[in-house]
Amino acid sequence: MNPKLTRRRFIKGVIASSAAAASTSLWYSAIGADRPAGAVERLLSLNVNGQTRRVDVAPQETLAHTLRYKLGLTGTKLGCNRGECGACTVLADDVNIYACSTLTHEVSNKAVMTVEGLRAADGTLHPVQAAFVQELSPACGFCTSGQVMSAVALLKSNPRPTREEARQAMSGNLCRCGAYDHYLNGVMRASGQLS
Amino acid sequence: MSSHDVMPEMSLYQPVRVEDAIGIANQFADRGWLVGGGQDTYGWLKDRAKSADALIDLKGIESMRGVKETADGIEIGALVTLTEITKDPIIAQRYPLLAQAAGRVASPQIRNVGTIAGNVSQDVRCWYYRRGLNCYRAGGNLCYADTPEGMNREHAIFNASRCVAVTPSDTGPALVALEAQMVINNASGQRVVSAEEFFVGPNLDIQNTTVLRPGDILTAVRIPSKWANAQFYFEKVADRNAWDFALVSLSAVMRVNNGVIEDSRIVAGAVQATPRRLTEVEQAVRGKARNDSTADSIGDLASRTANPLNYNHFKMPLMDNLVKRALRGQA
Repeated sequence: MNPKLTRRRFIKGVIASSAAAASTSLWYSAIGADRPAGAVERLLSLNVNGQTRRVDVAPQETLAHTLRYKLGLTGTKLGCNRGECGACTVLADDVNIYACSTLTHEVSNKAVMTVEGLRAADGTLHPVQAAFVQELSPACGFCTSGQVMSAVALLKSNPRPTREEARQAMSGNLCRCGAYDHYLNGVMRASGQLS
Repeated sequence: MSSHDVMPEMSLYQPVRVEDAIGIANQFADRGWLVGGGQDTYGWLKDRAKSADALIDLKGIESMRGVKETADGIEIGALVTLTEITKDPIIAQRYPLLAQAAGRVASPQIRNVGTIAGNVSQDVRCWYYRRGLNCYRAGGNLCYADTPEGMNREHAIFNASRCVAVTPSDTGPALVALEAQMVINNASGQRVVSAEEFFVGPNLDIQNTTVLRPGDILTAVRIPSKWANAQFYFEKVADRNAWDFALVSLSAVMRVNNGVIEDSRIVAGAVQATPRRLTEVEQAVRGKARNDSTADSIGDLASRTANPLNYNHFKMPLMDNLVKRALRGQA
């Protein structure tokens, strides 16, 4: 195996090559002419991480799918794909939602924020990310981007939560390593209540 | 790339007026699927247990948003999310029962998009039915849960009729207790149905949990001022504190004057296919003090007529104990 062909590079390569192929599906939109007019347009301008991204989105496509496989934002993870684990958590207008259980067209007029959008331009980590690093919050790391996004959503609406409030706010994110208290420590540190 | 996504192919409509949504819903009839938050919808579609030709996303309809004061109480738009209900100052002040019930639904992310209309309209959670098996509720002639080896720990202890699934809604029993009215629009106009009549058991209709039919849209929920600022009790017991559906929940509203219960409505969730009003308990406690001795005198009145399945006898004492805690006035 080519040592430079990492899993991430392979996925991104597939995404790039399929962008051209995806546009051919536009031809099929004429099928079903007897249906009521006004079905959604496939071409969307999606506001993701402060950028406007033009993307061809199927009507039934989930946001997690668009982010990962059309826009290459693979920081958003798919765990269960059923709204039961929280790994795919992203923000829509600063509210945390499950990207696997949201259609991309449902957030076409909202500002979507993924874990890739948190870092400052100079590479500085978001305070939640930095606190999670300091508190050694992640164990295996698969749930981490979702945990980060839920913590960011919490601190936007409640900058100094109690530990119990934080526990409630993070309750929609599973961690099969069981690092819940470590994540909670991270949330408390990010809110400046732990030093 | 479609193999990465498990959503089947469908068309999607995003109407911005109720009339347009009704028109689209009527054209697709039973092949159209109304979507609010979608948190019940996408599981069915991804699992291929149910299907639709078109999704009709209602979230663009502004008239179905917001909590308004009315001459007699409040009107909650169908699209108001469960998170919005937990944070609404009027609901928190006058009807904290509903705020508590909404706050115990699923997880924060689901409450952030899940709507009040979706929470009361969601389908039952029986796993045999959800698996796509051809059971009574799916149009077949068999129940997989009510069998000697069926996994029915979460199922009904009252009023089973072929189907033994229970109502999964946490807000439904609270709305029945508060005597809420459901506003339903369709092509022929608007009708208003009491929350009690909105929910339908399998004895009347085995394939629907509510009176809603294709072309109907639940547009608002009205809560009369009758029970505003009354004494309330809400408790939901589930195996897990997040995500999980109730094993039994209890929603109670009580008018208490000088410590005496003048009137009450006590409603249990997850014990039958609809929210269950405990009218015998309501009658028994009328005119009695809200205290320990009244609670103890109730005994097993709530569960006496239960008809449990193999694995859910525990719901009987659980329900009785929740009633006692409600009457005692403290957990």
